[in-house]
Amino acid sequence: MPVISRDEVAHLARLARLAVTEAELDVFAGQLGVILGAVARISEVAADDIPPTSHAVPRSNVFRRDELRPGLEQQQALAGAPAAEEGRFRVPRILGEES
Amino acid sequence: MNTAATRELMDYDEVVERFDPVLGLEVHVELNTRTKMFCGCSTKFGAEPNTQVCPTCLGLPGSLPVVNRMAVESVIRIGLALSCSIAPWCRFARKNYFYPDMPKNFQISQYDEPIAVHGWLDVTLDDGSTVRIEIERAHMEEDTGKSLHVGGTTGRIHGADYSLLDYNRAGVPLIEIVTKPIVGTGARAPIVARAYVTALRDLLRALGVSDVRMDQGSLRCDTNVSLMPRGVVTFGTRTETKNVNSLRSVERAVRFEMTRQAGVLAAGEKVIQETRHFDESSGSTSPGRRKETAEDYRYFPEPDLPPIAPSPEWVEQLRATLPELPWQRRQRIQREWSLSGEELRDLVNAGALDLVAATVEAGAPSGEARSWWVSYLAQQANARGVPLDELPITPAQLARVIELVASGELSNTLARQVVDGVLAGEGSPDDVVAARGLAVVSDDSALIAAVDSALAAQPDVAEKIRGGKIAAAGAIVGAVMKATRGQADAKRVRELVLERCTS
Amino acid sequence: MNTELTRLTAAELAAKIHSREVSAVEVARAHLDRIAAVDGGADQGVHAFLHVAADAALASATLVDEALGVGSAPASPLAGVPLALKDVFTTLDMPTTAGSRILEGWRPPYDATVTRRLRAAAITILGKTNMDEFAMGSSTEYSAYGPTRNPWDTSRVPGGSGGGSASALAAFEAPLAVGTDTGGSIRQPAAFTGTVGVKPTYGGVSRYGLIACASSLDQAGPCARTVLDAALLHEVIAGHDPLDSTSIDRPVPAVVDAARVGAAGDLSGIRIGIVRQLGGEGYQPGVQSCFDAALRMLEKLGAELIEVNCPHFEYGLAAYYLILPSEVSSNLARFDAMRYGLRVQSGFEESAEQVMAATREAGFGPEVKRRIMLGTYALSSGYYEAYYGQAQKVRTLISRDFAAAFEQADVLVSPTAPTTAFPIGDKVDDPLAMYLNDLATIPANLAGTAAMSVPSGLAEEGLPAGLQVMAPVMGEAVMYRVAAAFEAARDADQGGPVIHRVPESEVRA
Ligand SMILES: [Mg+2]
Ligand SMILES: [Zn+2]
Repeated sequence: MPVISRDEVAHLARLARLAVTEAELDVFAGQLGVILGAVARISEVAADDIPPTSHAVPRSNVFRRDELRPGLEQQQALAGAPAAEEGRFRVPRILGEES
Repeated sequence: MNTAATRELMDYDEVVERFDPVLGLEVHVELNTRTKMFCGCSTKFGAEPNTQVCPTCLGLPGSLPVVNRMAVESVIRIGLALSCSIAPWCRFARKNYFYPDMPKNFQISQYDEPIAVHGWLDVTLDDGSTVRIEIERAHMEEDTGKSLHVGGTTGRIHGADYSLLDYNRAGVPLIEIVTKPIVGTGARAPIVARAYVTALRDLLRALGVSDVRMDQGSLRCDTNVSLMPRGVVTFGTRTETKNVNSLRSVERAVRFEMTRQAGVLAAGEKVIQETRHFDESSGSTSPGRRKETAEDYRYFPEPDLPPIAPSPEWVEQLRATLPELPWQRRQRIQREWSLSGEELRDLVNAGALDLVAATVEAGAPSGEARSWWVSYLAQQANARGVPLDELPITPAQLARVIELVASGELSNTLARQVVDGVLAGEGSPDDVVAARGLAVVSDDSALIAAVDSALAAQPDVAEKIRGGKIAAAGAIVGAVMKATRGQADAKRVRELVLERCTS
Repeated sequence: MNTELTRLTAAELAAKIHSREVSAVEVARAHLDRIAAVDGGADQGVHAFLHVAADAALASATLVDEALGVGSAPASPLAGVPLALKDVFTTLDMPTTAGSRILEGWRPPYDATVTRRLRAAAITILGKTNMDEFAMGSSTEYSAYGPTRNPWDTSRVPGGSGGGSASALAAFEAPLAVGTDTGGSIRQPAAFTGTVGVKPTYGGVSRYGLIACASSLDQAGPCARTVLDAALLHEVIAGHDPLDSTSIDRPVPAVVDAARVGAAGDLSGIRIGIVRQLGGEGYQPGVQSCFDAALRMLEKLGAELIEVNCPHFEYGLAAYYLILPSEVSSNLARFDAMRYGLRVQSGFEESAEQVMAATREAGFGPEVKRRIMLGTYALSSGYYEAYYGQAQKVRTLISRDFAAAFEQADVLVSPTAPTTAFPIGDKVDDPLAMYLNDLATIPANLAGTAAMSVPSGLAEEGLPAGLQVMAPVMGEAVMYRVAAAFEAARDADQGGPVIHRVPESEVRA
């Protein structure tokens, strides 16, 4: 059974933007280990030459024409926002790359 | 503190003596489709914030993407123009990372299955030599929204109190064109980088797929640079400089990174693999925030979008729509105008090729058109400190001036005055001619009167001419020209003088 | 209160409304009264609904009556019939929460395609039904707004994630409901509540406006108390939608005709495959005996029974619990406190990143977090091939198993779920035990094939069990035919529909 450490859980939580508590780290470490143990048997299936399926019902070349379609009014777009200012979504300061 | 940042830069000549640079260029191009990549919202630049949005490009729960056919056609045409192979089957993938300007917190992009791969672009440098830049791939993705940072130092992300987000740009179709590592350019690396982006811009413009406005962000370049000590063949650690927003900056950013990395390496330190930002004002790069954890984008095939499988017929149809590409056009022009390689290069370097071509298209002979643009008009542009194509005269207007000269209605001297008038905003060439009264006097009766009065004023000279001293006619011609303020056709005046003296 | 109206099928109600025997408003009011009487809330009652839109329902019904009053033809065969909509579809005039705290009170600025089609068909939308948070769960206990209770025994779960829709049907709060099925979320609750639930072919019903759980598995479908009612609703909501790129651009199978043909009771010439891997060990004895009785009945109807072998089905659960969390981890990334929904912020100093993490921690329940973490793990570099990649290959093998089985049989059958409804609280802290509920339903989601559950009878403690009928991609017609034939024969044999044996819910004064 793959063992998932608290550190790994903490890393996953960071990647997934979940501010998990110390107590949850232990709970999730245990539960993820159990679940991964249960799904690990997937590796038993010899499938080297089997193509993966990403879309169960195959389709291809599904396009739309380059034609304008009415969208939302500004106030509709912002109606659900936790905060807005000057027609824009107001969000806490962004730490990171300048773009 | 980042000690590497304070390391001394190495002198450029020394850099290229000791190191071989390796370049990698990633260009993001916003397509000029009417609507976004995955929804029917407008892509128009400069609208009020959050007025060109819908559930899909706002990433609202339940919304789904649908691919814009025109965007796919554009990328296939770009791929073909870059001599890429078009994948017979490809998919979109999700690139997962959290960032507030990305409404879904994943970007729909292409990962290991891009639509166009393995092409090239031949780039001609100012000295006439050509460098073939190999293209790794061109793929489709979607642009992000725009953030405005409030508080702290205005507009800067660091120290801002909060940010304001506008998603009008989110979902605009973006084509990412990535080169293979460019090696062996040595001291020319910065100009190769610039020439590549210039050539790519010209190509995209010729294809009509993008506005290619670097100032508006519809063409953006990231420059990857690393150095290998001379004789070493394994690549060094590279940095990726973002925010390079003009052709000149591309050249400067590459040059700066070369001198900076050389300084770091010479000090016995290691170049850190990181994203850096180019500062236009200082011409230097600075490190972006380093992530505590390695990037892990957790790519997987986009389940909401079926694969794209361009049929060979479709690809050939699109190939047939390719316009004359910049290099094909240059070859044709060189042939048609009977130019030497050097003459063509001068035209290109002067930024006059398109202008001359347009002037020729408007009916002027190529020789005249070329000489106007590269001499008199180039001087005028220089004097005004503007690029040639910003002079307030159109190729059609110039073609009209050339036509007036050819028909004898203007002398060369007058033609320059007409051009001056157009440049001064006095209207069309015909307006200037009329307003300034510059037409060559071509009415024989008026000229005859002028000739007769000149002959009468100088009877001794008239006598000489009548006596067969034809050379004496010059004095009379000069007098007539003076009397008509240069508007007479000197050749015709001479004919008339001789006529009057022999009849 | 007119309880009689709430006992009628959708087809019967439609007939009465369209013939002006009763008004759509009366029908709507009867169901709203019934909801008021039995639905209760988080602490008591059925708690099938998260939001009841009484005014909008009555207004919509009034329009139906007015149109009929001036002699217009009904907008659809179900015009004026009430319906309960799973709270996973966006609705302009009602909040949409997907059972999550993170979307509490969110008013979408757009209607899902399913919502639009229901409105266009003049179906009366009564409100939004409870569900496991973001459709993750098999008991509706993972709703942030409290569990839904099973009308057969209110100490038991109704199944999930669509427990709200299924309980609304079984409690006679609505004759029709719409659910979504990612790994069994329509079929398993149908089995647990003695109702009919259909997962159409993947792409058969538009996902536009359906808050995604796992995009490659999610499928909306009709829920009802009879096969014919499900078929009528199927034809309303199914069909190509240009806003969903995975939507199938082909005519909707003629399921209403098929249900009517099936009800005539002749299955001769139909080959029915019994999936060897779906039954026996791990299946409750009463569930198994209901299934065996169903097989005998199908045979009596003239069908030919054969056993089929689907060797890779046993890996379905593992593949599913890798693919689903992976897609979930990506689909749920958008709930980040920036543009809509909950924002948890304790001070101005906090960065966007911190606010995102705090909000997601507070706004998501434990099962959602567990699956996000599992999916993040399965997709991360170094693990992708072993987990996600391998799971996608198993998916191919399961599709091949189906293809081979459908060479031999027109439809496949199995018990819908291994057990009957279990007590509330029994499995809530044991993820693996909970996941086993979906053993028999998952293969159809992985392969995108059609499947449905129809009540097969009562098992232990008088609780209903379901018969699952599975058909190939776009093979809904034969599936409905078999289900309708079985339903008619079972009702005849057992002296009436299974649902009529549901205990009368306690009606508050
Ligand atoms: Mg990219
Ligand atoms: Zn949009």
